[in-house]
Amino acid sequence: MPTVKGDGMRGLAVFISDIRNCKSKEAEIKRINKELANIRSKFKGDKTLDGYQKKKYVCKLLFIFLLGHDIDFGHMEAVNLLSSNRYTEKQIGYLFISVLIGANNDLMKLVIQAIRNDLAGRNPIHITLALQCVANIGSREMAEGLSVDIPKLLVSGDTIDSVKQSAALTLLRLLRSSPDSIPMGEWMSRIIHLLNDQHMGVVTAAASLIENLVKKNPEEYKGCVSLAVSRLSRIVTSSYTDLQDYTYYFVPAPWLSVKLLRLLQNYPPPEDPAVKTRLSECLETILNKAQEPPKSKKVQHSNAKNAVLFEAINLIIHMDSDPNLLVRACNQLGQFLQHRETNLRYLALESMCLLATSEFSHEAVKKHQETVITALKTERDVSVRQRAVDLLYAMCDRTNAEEIVGEMLEYLESADYSIREEMVLKVAILAEKYAVDYTWYVDVILNLIRIAGDYVSEEVWYRVIQIVINRDDVQGYAAKTVFEALQAPACHENMVKVGGYILGEFGNLIAGDPRSGSAVQFQLLHSKYHLCSPATRGLLLSAYIKFINLFPEIKHIIQDVLRSDNNMRNADVELQQRSIEYLQLSSITTADVLATVLEEMPPFPERESSILAKLKKKKPSSVPEGSEQKETTASKIPAVQMSNNVDIAPPTSINLMSQADELVSFSEAPPPSVFTFDSGPAPSAGGQSITLQGFDVGESSTDDFVDQGSPQGGSASVDLLGLGSPTQPTAPSVGSGGLLDMFDTLTSHSSAPATNGIDLGGLSGGAEEAFRKFICKNNGVLFENDLLQIGVKSEYREDLGRLWVFYGNKTTFQLNAFLVDVSTPGNLSESLSIQQKPVGGEVEAGAQVKQQFNMACVQEFAEAPVMTIQFLYSGAQQKISLKLPVVLNKYITPAEMDANTFFTRWKALNSPSQECQQIIKATSPIDHEQVKAKLIGFSVSVLEKVDPNAENFVSAGILYTRNQQVGILLRLEPNKQAQMYRLTVRASRDKVAKILCDLMQTQL
Amino acid sequence: MMQFMLLFSRQGKLRLQKWYAAHQDKMKKKITRELVTLVLSRKPKMCSFLEWKDLKIVYKRYASLYFCCAIEPEDNELLTLEVIHRYVELLDKYFGSVCELDIIFNFEKAYFMLDELLLGGEVQETSKKNVLKAIAAQDLLQELRGIVRTSQANLGGHFRQMQRKLPRDFLRTTGLADVEAWKITYPTHFTNTA
Repeated sequence: MPTVKGDGMRGLAVFISDIRNCKSKEAEIKRINKELANIRSKFKGDKTLDGYQKKKYVCKLLFIFLLGHDIDFGHMEAVNLLSSNRYTEKQIGYLFISVLIGANNDLMKLVIQAIRNDLAGRNPIHITLALQCVANIGSREMAEGLSVDIPKLLVSGDTIDSVKQSAALTLLRLLRSSPDSIPMGEWMSRIIHLLNDQHMGVVTAAASLIENLVKKNPEEYKGCVSLAVSRLSRIVTSSYTDLQDYTYYFVPAPWLSVKLLRLLQNYPPPEDPAVKTRLSECLETILNKAQEPPKSKKVQHSNAKNAVLFEAINLIIHMDSDPNLLVRACNQLGQFLQHRETNLRYLALESMCLLATSEFSHEAVKKHQETVITALKTERDVSVRQRAVDLLYAMCDRTNAEEIVGEMLEYLESADYSIREEMVLKVAILAEKYAVDYTWYVDVILNLIRIAGDYVSEEVWYRVIQIVINRDDVQGYAAKTVFEALQAPACHENMVKVGGYILGEFGNLIAGDPRSGSAVQFQLLHSKYHLCSPATRGLLLSAYIKFINLFPEIKHIIQDVLRSDNNMRNADVELQQRSIEYLQLSSITTADVLATVLEEMPPFPERESSILAKLKKKKPSSVPEGSEQKETTASKIPAVQMSNNVDIAPPTSINLMSQADELVSFSEAPPPSVFTFDSGPAPSAGGQSITLQGFDVGESSTDDFVDQGSPQGGSASVDLLGLGSPTQPTAPSVGSGGLLDMFDTLTSHSSAPATNGIDLGGLSGGAEEAFRKFICKNNGVLFENDLLQIGVKSEYREDLGRLWVFYGNKTTFQLNAFLVDVSTPGNLSESLSIQQKPVGGEVEAGAQVKQQFNMACVQEFAEAPVMTIQFLYSGAQQKISLKLPVVLNKYITPAEMDANTFFTRWKALNSPSQECQQIIKATSPIDHEQVKAKLIGFSVSVLEKVDPNAENFVSAGILYTRNQQVGILLRLEPNKQAQMYRLTVRASRDKVAKILCDLMQTQL
Repeated sequence: MMQFMLLFSRQGKLRLQKWYAAHQDKMKKKITRELVTLVLSRKPKMCSFLEWKDLKIVYKRYASLYFCCAIEPEDNELLTLEVIHRYVELLDKYFGSVCELDIIFNFEKAYFMLDELLLGGEVQETSKKNVLKAIAAQDLLQELRGIVRTSQANLGGHFRQMQRKLPRDFLRTTGLADVEAWKITYPTHFTNTA
C-alpha cells in the first residue's frame, strides 16, 4: 500500500487504495456505499469521535465527493473541525467546507463565525486559512459578514506580508461576487500605495485588486498610473539576479509585469510627459529584450519573456498613439509568425488582428499577407488556421481584397466544417465591403453558394439580391451569371433561390440571346422545381408569375404549370394557394394591372449589413472593434456607398405606450418568410385576392410624447422583406394609406441622417422635451429611436422615490455590452442620493429589460441626473444621453387646508428669498381643467374656495427631504385675455420656491 | 481571472478540480466532461490554447497528467502555462519528484499548495521559496500540535518518502516535472487500474 505525506491518515490511504483496486464501476460504487454507511454510523454513534477520527472521515467524504459522488452529510463535523484549535483539523475542516458548502447552506452562519474568530486571532496561519476559505466560497453572506474585517487586515500596519496578500485577493473575490456589500472606506485611498510595497508578493496580489477597483472607477485611482509605471520600470531594468526568487527562469517578475501592463490598459496614455516617456522606455526595453539571445533554452524562459512581450504589445495597441512602437510590435509579431512553437504562431496571429485595426500599423501588418495565407494552408491545428482567417479578415482592405477573398474561397473548399459558416460570412462581408466592381461581388457570392452552399445562411443570399436590385449596372450580369450557374447538373438549393429571384426580376435582360430566351430560362428553372423544398418552390412560383409579366409569350406554359395537380392540389397549403391566386391573377387581370402588380422591385433602403451583425453575434471577439472605423472610410467611396448599407429586418411592431398604460410593452410580430403573402383573412374582393402585408407599421397609437422623442417613429423598422415579394401590391393596405405612399415614406425616412449614431457630447435629440413632459407625470416614454425605446415608470413617497426604466430593443438583433451609467452634474449627489440596480450585458432582439433606481431626496436640487446608455449595435458603439426625469416637485405631498390657514401661512412666508414670482406666456389656450390637471400632476393640492377669484388656483404641499420638510404654497393667476399666467410660489426654505417656479413654468 | 483548473489523467480521470467562479455541481460535471474530451482529443504538437465558449483554455500535459485552465479573454495565455508549470514545480519540490499517485493519495496537500499559489483565480505568490515556506510552516504545526501517526514526514529536506512499495518505486523514476518524462509511457497495469 502506498504511503502518504505528513500527518498521514492510514485509514484514508487504505480506502483510496481499495477504490483504485476496484475492477469495475459497480465494485467502486459498492465500496463507496460501504464506506458511506460506515462513516454515517460513526458520526451518529454514541461514542464521541476524537479530532483525528473526525478528520479522517471528513477527508474520506471529500475524496468520495471529488470522485464525482454526491455527499449530503458531514458538514456539521467539518464545521466542528474548522473550529478546532488543532491546525491539521482546522485545515481539513476548511477544505471540506470550501469544496462542499453551497452558498445558502444553513451552516454558513457558524462557518462565518468561525472565520471571524480566526481572523481576529493572532495566528497568521489561521488567518490565512480563514481568508482562503472566504476566497474559495465568496458568498454574499460572507461579503456582508466580513466586509469590515478583511479591508482592515489589508491596510493595517501590523499585518504580515503573506496575510496581506491573501487579504487583497480575498477582498477582490468578494468585490467580484457581491460588489455592493463591501463598504467603500478609508482603505480605498491607501490601496494604490501597495504598488510601492517592499514585498513583491504583496504587490503582485494587490495589483489584481487594484485593477478591479480601477475598472469601476478609473478617475478615483488615477494615481496608480505613475506608481505602476515606475514599478514596471524598476522591474524591466533590473537584472535577473536583483529580484531573487521573483525571477522566473531569468525573467524578472513576469507575473507582476503582466499585471502592471494590464492595469495600465485601463487608462489612456499618461498625460504627464515624464511618466509617458518612462512608460515608452519600458515598452522599448521589453521590445529590445525580445531581440536579445535567450538566456536559457528552456521553454519556461521563452514563455515568461514572451508573456510580458505580448502584454506590452497589448498595451501599445491599447494606447494606439506611438507609430514607432506599433510598427516595432508588428515586426516582432511577424517574426513569431514563422516560429517553430505553435503557441507563438497562434498568439502572433491573434495579436496582429488587433494591430491591423490601428491606422499606424495596418500597412505594416499587410506586409505579412503571404505568410498568413501560407499559415492558412499549412497549419496543422485548426485553431491556428482559424486565427489566420481572422487575421486575413482584419487586414483586408481595398488594395488586397480580391486576393484575400480569392484565397479564402480557395481554402473554403477544404476548410474544416467547424469554421465554414464563419468563413462564408467573412467572405461575403469582405466582398461587399471592398467591391469596386460589382460583377466581382456577384461572382464571389455565387462561388460561395457553389462551394459551401450548406453554410450560406439566409442573410448572405438575401444580401446579394438586395444589392443586385439596388444596382442597375450589375443586373444584366447577375442574370447571365445565375443562368449559367443553374446549368450545372447539380446545384445547391440556395443557388436555385437566388437564380429564381434574379431571373424573375431581370430575366428579360438576357432574353435577347436565343440561348437564354424566355422559354429556356423557364425550362431551366422548372427543371429544378421538383428537387426543391416547399419554401423554394413558393419562391419559384413567384418567379413564374413574374415571368408572365416579363415574357407574355410563355404565359400559357406557365399557366399550365400552375394549373397542374402537382401545384393546384399540392398538399402544402401555401403552394396550393399561390398556384390558385397566381393563376387567377394571370387570367383575369388586364395587362396594365398585371404590369403594375408585377413591376420590378423598388430599391431597398440602405441600412447596415445584417451579415456583419450575424458574424458579430456568432463570434463577438472575432470582429475587432476598430474595424468599424475602416468601414466608415470604405463607405465614403461613392461606388461602395450607394448600396453598402442595405438591411433585411423582420418587422417589429411596437405597441407604443399610451399615457394610461402602466406597462411598457413591446411585441414582435413573427417575421414573415420572404415570399409568403401574409394575407390574414383573405379579402378576396374584386377577384384580386392578393393583399400584400408583409409588414406592420407601428403607428397604431400615437402618443404625442412618443412622437416628440422619435422623429423617425416606428415606421423605419418596417420589414423590407415583406415588401420583398416579387409582386407589387395594388390593393390599398389595411388601415394606412396606399402602399406606394408607404414606400415613399420609407425611402425618405431612411435617407434622413441616422439619429442613432454616436453622440459624443450633450444630450441625445429630443431628450430635453421628453424630460419636461415628465415634470407633471410619472410614466411614459422618455426616448425612442430606431433601436431603442426607453420607458419610465416611477412612484414617490415622501422623500423616497423609486423609478423603473424599461429598455426595449426594437431591432432584431441583440444589443451587446449594454451599459447604463448615471451621473450627477455639479453637486447634485449631495442633494439626491441615487441607487442604481445593475442592468446590463445583452438585450435580446425584441426584448425589454427593466432597471430600478432608488432615489432619496436629501435636500432641494435643481439639476436632474444624467443617464448615459451605451451599447453595441451591429458592432457600432451607440451612446444615448438622457436626463433622468427626477425633479424636485416629485417629492411634494399635497396638503389640504382652509382659506384661513392658507392666508396665515402665506403671509408668514414673506421674506424675498422665500418667494418667487414669474409672468408666463401661455403656450396653449388657457383651459381651467387642463391647468388643474397639471397642478395635480405637479403633486400639489388644488384648494377650492380659497382664492376669492374662482379663475385663480391656490395649491399647497409639503416637500419632504431627508433633512427637513418644507412647506409649499402656490398661487396661479391666469389672464385669459392676455394669454398669460402669473405664478407665485412661496416656500419655507430658501431657493425651493425658485426651483419649483422654474419647473412649473415649463408646464404652462 | 482564472475560472477553473482541472487535473486529469490520460484516461480522463479527474484528479483535482478547482473552481474560482461559482457553478452548480451539475454544471461542473458537464464542463469537466466536455473539456476532458476536448483536450484528450488533441494531438501532441497542437497549440496549447483554444477558444471555448467565451473563455480561453490553456492546457499542458505533464507525464500522465493534463493540467487544464480556463481563463478570461483578457488573460495572458503564455503566463497561464507558466502558472501550471510553477504549480508542478511546487508539487515536485514538496513530494520529491511528484507523480500522479502522490496527487491521488495526498489530494488535500495538492489543494493546500494550490491555495498558496493562486487565490480567487489570481496569482498570489510566485516565489517558490515563499510558497514552500508556508507549506512547511503548516507541516511544522502539524508536527508539533498534531499526533504524528506516521513517521514519514521529513521536515528538513524535501519530504522524500521513506517507505515505498511497488509499483510506486519504478513509477517514481518518471516525475511529472521532468519534461523528458512526457515521452515515457507508463506500464499498462498502472494506467488500467486508474
